[in-house]
Amino acid sequence: MSTVSESIPTPDQAQAGDTAAGVYDPNDPQGPPPQRRAMIAAAIFIGYFVVILLVAKFAPGTVGVIARGMLRESLSAQTAAVAIAIIGLNVHFGYTGLLNMGQSGFMLLGAYGFSISIWKGLPMPVGILVGFLAAFVFALILGVPTLKLRGDYLAIVTISAAEILRYVGRLAKLENFTGAAQGIPGSQYRDPFVNLSFFGDGTFDAGGWLPNLQSTGVNGWWVRFVAWLLVALCCVIVFLLARSPWGRLLRGIREDEDAIRSLGKNVFAIKMQALVIGGLFGALGGMVYILPSSMQPDAMGRNLTFFCWTALLLGGAATVFGPVIGAILFFALRVFIQGTAGAIVPDSIMNLSQTAQFAWICVGITLMLLVIFRPQGILGDKRELRFNV
Amino acid sequence: MSPARTVHDRGRPRRLTRSLPRIIGLVLAALLAPLAVIAFASPASAETCFAGTADKGCISGTIRTEKDVVPGVDVHVTGPNGFDEVATSDDAGKWSVTVLEPGDYTAELDQETLPKGTAVTGDEGKVTVTIASLTQGKAVTFGVRTGDYSAAVTTTDRVIKSIFSGLRLGLLLALASIGLSLIYGTTGLSNFAHAEQVTMGGMLGYIVVNKWGVNVWLGCLLVVAFCAFTGYFQDRVVWQPLRRRGLGLAQMMIVTIGLSLALQYVYQYFVGAATVKIVVSDPTPHKVGPIVYNALDLMAMVISIVMIALVGYALLRTRIGRATRAVSDNPALASASGIDVDRVIRLVWTVSAALAGLSGILYSLVIQHGMKWDSGLQILLLLFAAVTLGGLGTAFGALVGALVIGLIVELAPVLGAPGDLKYASALLILILLLLVRPQGLLGRAERVG
Repeated sequence: MSTVSESIPTPDQAQAGDTAAGVYDPNDPQGPPPQRRAMIAAAIFIGYFVVILLVAKFAPGTVGVIARGMLRESLSAQTAAVAIAIIGLNVHFGYTGLLNMGQSGFMLLGAYGFSISIWKGLPMPVGILVGFLAAFVFALILGVPTLKLRGDYLAIVTISAAEILRYVGRLAKLENFTGAAQGIPGSQYRDPFVNLSFFGDGTFDAGGWLPNLQSTGVNGWWVRFVAWLLVALCCVIVFLLARSPWGRLLRGIREDEDAIRSLGKNVFAIKMQALVIGGLFGALGGMVYILPSSMQPDAMGRNLTFFCWTALLLGGAATVFGPVIGAILFFALRVFIQGTAGAIVPDSIMNLSQTAQFAWICVGITLMLLVIFRPQGILGDKRELRFNV
Repeated sequence: MSPARTVHDRGRPRRLTRSLPRIIGLVLAALLAPLAVIAFASPASAETCFAGTADKGCISGTIRTEKDVVPGVDVHVTGPNGFDEVATSDDAGKWSVTVLEPGDYTAELDQETLPKGTAVTGDEGKVTVTIASLTQGKAVTFGVRTGDYSAAVTTTDRVIKSIFSGLRLGLLLALASIGLSLIYGTTGLSNFAHAEQVTMGGMLGYIVVNKWGVNVWLGCLLVVAFCAFTGYFQDRVVWQPLRRRGLGLAQMMIVTIGLSLALQYVYQYFVGAATVKIVVSDPTPHKVGPIVYNALDLMAMVISIVMIALVGYALLRTRIGRATRAVSDNPALASASGIDVDRVIRLVWTVSAALAGLSGILYSLVIQHGMKWDSGLQILLLLFAAVTLGGLGTAFGALVGALVIGLIVELAPVLGAPGDLKYASALLILILLLLVRPQGLLGRAERVG
């Protein structure tokens, strides 16, 4: 608990400060103001895609292969799914300061609720509702014992609970219900979603600029379109939530819980609402995550949570676009590291599977270095990440 | 956490520092003593190979029924390039053949040579093993039973058996969780990478003992010393500078998560995805009532108990132990009364990493399913459950918590929890406990949030 009495940086205050100061100083340790932040986000988005599109289209040999891999990964529906889960994690950690180490558990529940319902013959909207309901109940169960305690209790309980869920899903006895360790093949639940497509048949590659994929298909443009549309929608929701009075309360709790309590607010209830809302984003992410592949419990284990954390801190916690930029750059960078290591280091020193492991080692080290040297990530505001729990 | 956690005192109380090397010496000596006794107590017989060396591989086993070992039984081993050899079990039931090249070998028990009243169960008289590299010894187990054997085991027997293995697991967990708890107590940090220190012990033990062929006791000492060094080094290079920078505890916790992720993949990079287990000779099992145990189990338990007792003694009776408890209690006050807080924390990191490494070696020596690059996950959850159950930051609470968690994990399958749910049952109890007694079993009732 930080006892340093810092003012709570509400958007209003930040804006007032900026107009008074006149211009934004890039060396200001407090980071860019909100409007400026949106422009930086847009510049990074456009810049990244322009560069990667040009390199993917025109670069010869290995460079082109790596760039095409990065482009494919940046547009993939699973990247979008993880981005949605990270938006949820951002509500937990970035805005409220909750240390949720079990975001993959929320994803798992959303995915199970969705896929099992459709597999057992329920219509898709019911499946989506079941997924959300499961995540809602999970958040309540996790929150009741821990939200009154110090932050690391929530971390320990969430990581444990997410693992319990995975163990239960893998149980051989539940094979007819969850598909056990093998999971549920995508063909069992995907059809109602694919049938909604108005993209038609055939393939599409925008004149050779984009990867050549089926317009509808299992893992084509349709699922990507919907996934990124959902990401945009989630960004809007978080933007509106964060600038509402309720969003200011969240940040207030993050900065100084006791101060908010002394204002007569029910801190426990607000934290619980944040946990539930972030968890629902996680569940939505889980549903999107399994659409282009299959429902495998082991794909949503502890490591997925850690990737979410790395990507969130890379993009910038407590920002609207941070999670999206973080997710895209995280997955693209991993492909870049793996591809580069594979191309440069000879096979005798590092074989193919070792390059993948090398990329993961880099992810872990990146996470450490980010927290130590740039806790605000690319877009964030350092002031907002100084809190302690 | 109070901001006082980050207070650092530059003062050097002389008496304290003087006793520091003595403690380390004491701890190491205690570790050495039992190991040395055993190293000399069990000389391997000259003809039997078990671990394999760089140019000679080894396939070995012990013929035994559920009652006793069976001497004088022929085992016929065939392999690539016309390899064909017959080994006979000695008075201890042990047999072995030396092989000179890798490949698939088939060992078949000659049923004619089995004494009267014993028989092979099912098709368990023929086993195929793959020698991937010569340094890796392979143990072969045949299923041999006496005529009046019945597979039925009473529930009471299973419960007693599970209590034994629960205590064994609990002691191993206790070794690691005391360190986790001490780190939490003195720095306030929940170290998510602690279980990777345990895995490190197991992995290094496997490499040193089974790949390099170092004597197992010497190997253990080397590995524990190296693990202790990693703890020292970590605090020197990472944690102390971060404390000085005043990085928040939540942020530091995320750093430990990054470290845990990186370490896991470092293990996979070097050892691969396979399960490793330290294989030493084929230890003879003993039987007391329904409990089946071997010398390794006993040794692991004795070493754990001795180490835990030593840490307990050091905490309660020595100056440095008192200083550690003082730092746990209130770092600012400890610092003001002349305790070198940084030095205490450095020692805590070193000892914790050594204990975790020791726990890892013992784990991969005695636990049946060995260790994998990502075993840390399962272990970490059990450690957290143990530490929280006992009360975060209390060393003796961690011991009690670990024993309880070990028992729960091993008893859960007997009481009907299927498969991996035995791990889940421990975590479930943790969550339930937080509802009624968040400070843990031995924790002080105070406001924790």
